[in-house]
Amino acid sequence: MMDSYFWLLSLLDSMLRLATPLLLAALAGFFSERAGVVDIGLEGKMLMAAFAAAATAAATGSAGLGLLAAIGASLLLALLHGFACITHRGNQVVSGVALNITAMGLTAVLGNAWFEMGGRTPNLPATARFGELTLPLAETLRGIPVLGSFYSEVVSGHNILVYLALALVPLTAWVAYRTRFGLRLRAVGENPAAVDTAGISVPALRYQAVLIAGLLCGLAGAYLSTAQGAGFQTNMTAGKGYLALAALILGKWKPVPTLLACLLFAAADALQTRLQGVVMPGLGEVPVQLIEALPYLLTVLLLAGFMGKAIPPKASGRPYVKER
Amino acid sequence: MSAGTGPDNLPWWATGVLLPVINVVLALIVSAIVILAIGEDPLGAMWTMVQGALGTSEGLGYTLYYATSLIFTALAVAVAFHGGLFNIGGEGQAYLGGLGVGLVCLAVGDMPWYLVLPLSVLGGAAFGALWGAIPGYLQAYRGSHVVITTIMFNFIASSLMVYLMVNVLIRPGQMSPESAQFDKATFLPLVQDMAAAIGIQMNPSPLNFSLFLALAACVLVWAFIWHTRWGFALRTVGANENAARYAGIDPKKVIIIAMALSGALAGLLGVNEIHGVQHRLLLNFPAGMGFTGIAVALMGRNHPAGIVPAAILFGMLYQGGTELIFDYPSISRELVVVIQGVVILFAGALEHMFRPALVRLFTPKPAGV
Repeated sequence: MMDSYFWLLSLLDSMLRLATPLLLAALAGFFSERAGVVDIGLEGKMLMAAFAAAATAAATGSAGLGLLAAIGASLLLALLHGFACITHRGNQVVSGVALNITAMGLTAVLGNAWFEMGGRTPNLPATARFGELTLPLAETLRGIPVLGSFYSEVVSGHNILVYLALALVPLTAWVAYRTRFGLRLRAVGENPAAVDTAGISVPALRYQAVLIAGLLCGLAGAYLSTAQGAGFQTNMTAGKGYLALAALILGKWKPVPTLLACLLFAAADALQTRLQGVVMPGLGEVPVQLIEALPYLLTVLLLAGFMGKAIPPKASGRPYVKER
Repeated sequence: MSAGTGPDNLPWWATGVLLPVINVVLALIVSAIVILAIGEDPLGAMWTMVQGALGTSEGLGYTLYYATSLIFTALAVAVAFHGGLFNIGGEGQAYLGGLGVGLVCLAVGDMPWYLVLPLSVLGGAAFGALWGAIPGYLQAYRGSHVVITTIMFNFIASSLMVYLMVNVLIRPGQMSPESAQFDKATFLPLVQDMAAAIGIQMNPSPLNFSLFLALAACVLVWAFIWHTRWGFALRTVGANENAARYAGIDPKKVIIIAMALSGALAGLLGVNEIHGVQHRLLLNFPAGMGFTGIAVALMGRNHPAGIVPAAILFGMLYQGGTELIFDYPSISRELVVVIQGVVILFAGALEHMFRPALVRLFTPKPAGV
């Protein structure tokens, strides 16, 4: 009994760790897509940020500077996305694909040239990473059965970015639904002409949204290479940007359901490594590939209306043309 | 985005030739900057790439072998694009198509290659078409967007293939997930052997009969899009779905057919890779060619006549990139990926930046202003 409880605790613990980059990227997608700018480029921004963070942290020994570099790199890509999609009214999906592919190539080429380790960056010492924080009383409460061990094993012992990501969920909900900026942001994703009529600049709002997405992808990338990992590896995002996009869709473009979707995907990921080769009674060996594909299958089913309906923001994907 | 004279009265060669050339030159300038940032000599590196890609019969063979795969995946993107659909799922469709090709080749035993080829083409096209038609159906009848669904289907294809290769198709008594080898009789002839038969000496390369299949596909796609009733329906739906509906065209049916055809074309990559070169099923053989097809199609203005030179150019980049690392060890072959991304950015996303500039250049200034 206690054994399986601790198994569950360790599962929940890794679920939180795995959910963080998804959550940060999905919230990035939330801001961009609610403003009407489709963001396929979450993956590329994260990857670029992860590389910038690891390279900077390796050079300076500071995780903080790495984080700043990550945000800077991601913001640059976000600006490029805005320039193509908002200023020049280009195809948002094509622009996102371009960013992803460029980021994949650029990080590999620069990493290989600068560090000569086949695209990896040097292993970061603990001082150049975001360390685990022990929350107050975690050690004192450890002895208390059930709740105490839950607190010390699952709640405590993560790095600052994990807590930041979780705190960003209510913050995002508050910004989006309780502030003037949020109202305008959502309006520009549903009916930009109405926002324009009210005398508010559609391009300016969309640029703000895209830049917020850049900032959050920067955090997600830095988390991958300087908090969860200890350095950059070629293509280390490995589809997490697309997974975040799937979580956003599964969460029907709302912050709290998106958090739940991220947790679900992360739990599937954590389970997958634990179920490798395990034979379930009555079911036989669980095919890990099925668990791996589950998030994508769920998203397809949801989008196809077989389980509820996910309706994207009305104006998403459409460049705004002011009438003359 | 079709070739020819647009509504803005640009001559065909301005959109069809000048614009792509500007895109490539800009992409090359960006990569030159990257090479400079690494501290190497961009002109020397590019010369090495061109020599590696075209200088030897072996290099040329590899260039055209890569181009063959790219023609298939780019045609796939182009067909969908004319129907107003953006198919990012070429990678997954090619993966499944290769599975179809492999299953056919495993099943036929020692049948001679010229009898196997129609079957493997059918197998690859059918599996690819299925993997494209499902997202097409979901968009047409269930309202889910084809972009998102095809992305998801890329991942599902990858998981499915890993499952099949590891658990079902793996050759018994082997550690790495690869199927048994096909019978030697089924192997597609290599172009070097065909050339030798008419007295031309070529160094070994994986270039095989599929090249001719790819060129035939170009002609068929061109005839389909611009010279058949279905192609007309496709372009009408792509231009304006409502107008198509009023003209009596069923957009739902067209969307499914377009995606099936697109998937079938991507699936033919399997003929080149699996039937032509690998001669067994294995993991990850599409190797990003499905995504590169997007860049090739955008650069070739979604027209077969543009796609062939664009595919050869990207084939040169791939082959030249592998040669590059011998002379310039600090430049890795992923430089090709950067160029690819930048081409998609310039030719696709920033299309509206370049085109109006060209229009201004070509429109005579009104007199007296």
